[in-house]
Amino acid sequence: MKIHIRGGRLIDPKNKIDAHQDIFIAAGKILAIGEAPGDFHAARVIDANGLVVCPGLIDLSARLREPGLEYMATLESEMHAAVAGGVTSLVCPPDTDPPLDEPGLVEMLRHRAKNLHQARVFPLGALTQKLEGQRLTEMAELHDAGCIAFSQADAPLTDSNVLLRAMQYASTFGFTVWLRPQDSFLARDGVAHDGEVASRLGLAGIPACAESIAIARILLLMKEVGAKVHLCRLSTRDGVDMVREAKRQGLPVTCDIGVHHAHLSEMDIGYFNSNCHVIPPFRSLRDRDALREGLKDGTIDAICSDHAPVDDDAKLLPFAESEAGVTGLELLLPLTLKWASEMGVELPVAIARLTTEPARVLGLNKGVLAPGLNADLCIFNPDEYWKVTPRALKSQGNNTPFQNTELAGKVRYTLVEGHVVYES
Amino acid sequence: MQLPDAEKLAQAMTQQIEPLLGENSVLVGMHTGGVWLAEKIHALLGREIPLGTLDVSFYRDDFSQSGLHAEVAPSDIPFDVTGRDIILVDDVLYTGRSVRAAMNELFDYGRPASIILAVLVDRGGRELPIAAQVTGAVLELAPDQNIQLNRDPQGQLALSLRQTTV
Amino acid sequence: MAFLSRNPQLNQHGELQHLLTIEGLNAGMLRHILDTAESFVSVSEREVKKIPLLRGKSIFNLFFEPSTRTRTTFEIAAKRLSADVINLNINASSQSKGETVLDTVDNLAAMQADMFIVRHAQSGAAHFIAGHVSPHIHVVNAGDGRHAHPTQGLLDMYTIRHFKQEFHNLRVAIVGDVLHSRVARSQIHALTTLGVPEVRVIAPKTLLPAQVERLGVQVYHDMAQGLKDVDVVIMLRLQNERMRGALLPSAQEYFKSYGLTQDKLALAKPDAIVMHPGPMNRGVEIDSDVADGTQSVILPQVTFGIAVRMAVMSILAGSKQ
Repeated sequence: MKIHIRGGRLIDPKNKIDAHQDIFIAAGKILAIGEAPGDFHAARVIDANGLVVCPGLIDLSARLREPGLEYMATLESEMHAAVAGGVTSLVCPPDTDPPLDEPGLVEMLRHRAKNLHQARVFPLGALTQKLEGQRLTEMAELHDAGCIAFSQADAPLTDSNVLLRAMQYASTFGFTVWLRPQDSFLARDGVAHDGEVASRLGLAGIPACAESIAIARILLLMKEVGAKVHLCRLSTRDGVDMVREAKRQGLPVTCDIGVHHAHLSEMDIGYFNSNCHVIPPFRSLRDRDALREGLKDGTIDAICSDHAPVDDDAKLLPFAESEAGVTGLELLLPLTLKWASEMGVELPVAIARLTTEPARVLGLNKGVLAPGLNADLCIFNPDEYWKVTPRALKSQGNNTPFQNTELAGKVRYTLVEGHVVYES
Repeated sequence: MQLPDAEKLAQAMTQQIEPLLGENSVLVGMHTGGVWLAEKIHALLGREIPLGTLDVSFYRDDFSQSGLHAEVAPSDIPFDVTGRDIILVDDVLYTGRSVRAAMNELFDYGRPASIILAVLVDRGGRELPIAAQVTGAVLELAPDQNIQLNRDPQGQLALSLRQTTV
Repeated sequence: MAFLSRNPQLNQHGELQHLLTIEGLNAGMLRHILDTAESFVSVSEREVKKIPLLRGKSIFNLFFEPSTRTRTTFEIAAKRLSADVINLNINASSQSKGETVLDTVDNLAAMQADMFIVRHAQSGAAHFIAGHVSPHIHVVNAGDGRHAHPTQGLLDMYTIRHFKQEFHNLRVAIVGDVLHSRVARSQIHALTTLGVPEVRVIAPKTLLPAQVERLGVQVYHDMAQGLKDVDVVIMLRLQNERMRGALLPSAQEYFKSYGLTQDKLALAKPDAIVMHPGPMNRGVEIDSDVADGTQSVILPQVTFGIAVRMAVMSILAGSKQ
């Protein structure tokens, strides 16, 4: 279908475009930007007056809960939530049930996702079999099946020798290893940041050094091996400082944070709010401010939803027994805009953290608007407020501390490969 | 309305009480006005007679409507109640509910031989079959009027009247 | 970002609806509970140790974690108030078979419960239950994980006031496993709220929570320094499972460094009192000579505990709906 997107504010961070320009789409691709090609007759004109038109968002972590965890959420519900959040490509971690450690599972997931004709799904393969941290997976096979990189998700990898070998093996084929840095001994049984609030509430703590010690181990192994590593979900000031220094030294390391962590701290746990039970935990205000700064100066490459829908019953438990995680796909854009406006960050820079930068982390030619490329677009109103409620969310998970909060930034249209897959 | 002099009433009550006293008699004042009055009468009697105090908060029948009283004072009964002739002293007798509560509480301390009720003011309005044997004054008051006993720093007792919003 | 939430212990009139933690209650509220308890102490000395205040009310002792002592004191307190008491020990293994805490609570609420006394191994369990019961039900936290044990904290304050009259001129030392102790947290909040100018904690670093000084206490690692000139010494129980492993090498070494003996107690003020929430590990955190000595007020603590729990139940049951 030929589509003409008219009158929007076009933002393409990669090409440094921020101007009112029209886009012309045909056969799933961007045909032209600016002037219409001579013989273009649009089947549909989208009026984008007052709206921002940008590349579709790329989310570096969204749990779709399939296979195996459909009681929490289903592929249908979460893929719908993705496009409702303006996300056109997403990376899903391998900690499904069973974990994504066999090519057949990956192919099945991609097939199921593709048939839904919504966002594009890029699975991470398990780094070790069953995520047990002992034996390597068939990474080359998994890559052929569609895995974009390899990860332990939140499963511990305590044996440094296995980690070293996994990084060596992955780098043999040029694969990036995604690791969430956490020393599993220091984090054992912990459910909150080991600080003032956990001490007051009597919750078992995860010290900040559980993250920095793990980062130190990873960075030292990187120097040994020369592998590319993406650090997932930083949460501490020390962690940000270490990555900044590693990048200065030229190590091939990238990192992201979950969007809730750009706003919340241990204080938000309040009276045991289980919606604030997340891993890594919300840390001190000092840590949170360092994340906001690191995101601004580019130390932190990308911001992701860290989407983890949890069924209501799993949150209706005493804090430590509740399931960790937040729903995030539909909050990714508004919470990023909130960070940007609070930090005085220009809109194109904020959008880059959701498009250009995650594409670079993934090594994909995406997150950019140019003739000839797939027409994956997000069209949103940056000034429109909406209230986060279970009704408003398409995700099956209602688990976010932002419930009943009004946020600015409403997605109006999402296009994947030239098809309008969501409009409101 | 001209209120009677509480000090004079107390003296008159003391004269009424004196002939009723036996060797097993004790005085028990009900918080807060009744305690002041009992102390006054005790002093006027001028003889060795045990004196106790009761706070009936835990025995009130309006707990489920109005909860626990903001200021609960401990009851202090420094003698064995069993076999005693108790003179129960209160400032104002109205519905009779406080006296009911006080008698219930006294029976949880033991089995008295008898109880005599002595009040400064009987203002009518009884809701229970309770009557005073010793009365300082009988006053006709409207339901929205609230009569109260006060004690100044010198220990002088005086009555005061307040309009209440019902 | 700050999500404001109402203090879940208070109703819309600012009265105590639940007692979940000492934290967030003001000095006036704490004093009111202690004053009320004083009246109940005299009730316990009468021939009939029972008053009709809570006649017809059903109080459920909901113990997800076993504790005969605490359950018994709540049971006695409730019975002295003429309430009907139902004891339920819900063992953790049958709980994990699908029935959640809320299922249990909903079931009991349907049996016309008026009050739940809750003991649970997880911090925040009492808050969680209070947040989900219907508004006419009151919840008393009888100990949740490491978080709070407010009636124990209150009875300790009652004991201190009984023996020391005032709070504003005291130096109080809390000794032992503060990290895992809900009792210590409740005591610290109560002492600081009631105006004790100097609250000390004395423990090895492995038994102190992160940033404990933020709770308003001074930290000591040495008994000789920490006990110097204190008016009140509160000993904490050391659980068996903490005694060997990464927190402490042995009970013997712990006793040597942190056990309370007559020699160490001599460093405190001559009229200092010694308290312990019980049950004691004699020869681990406290020497028998001290536990049974003239400065020990451990048995009065138990007696006062019943009066304090009666006061808490009466005040909650009397709050408006």
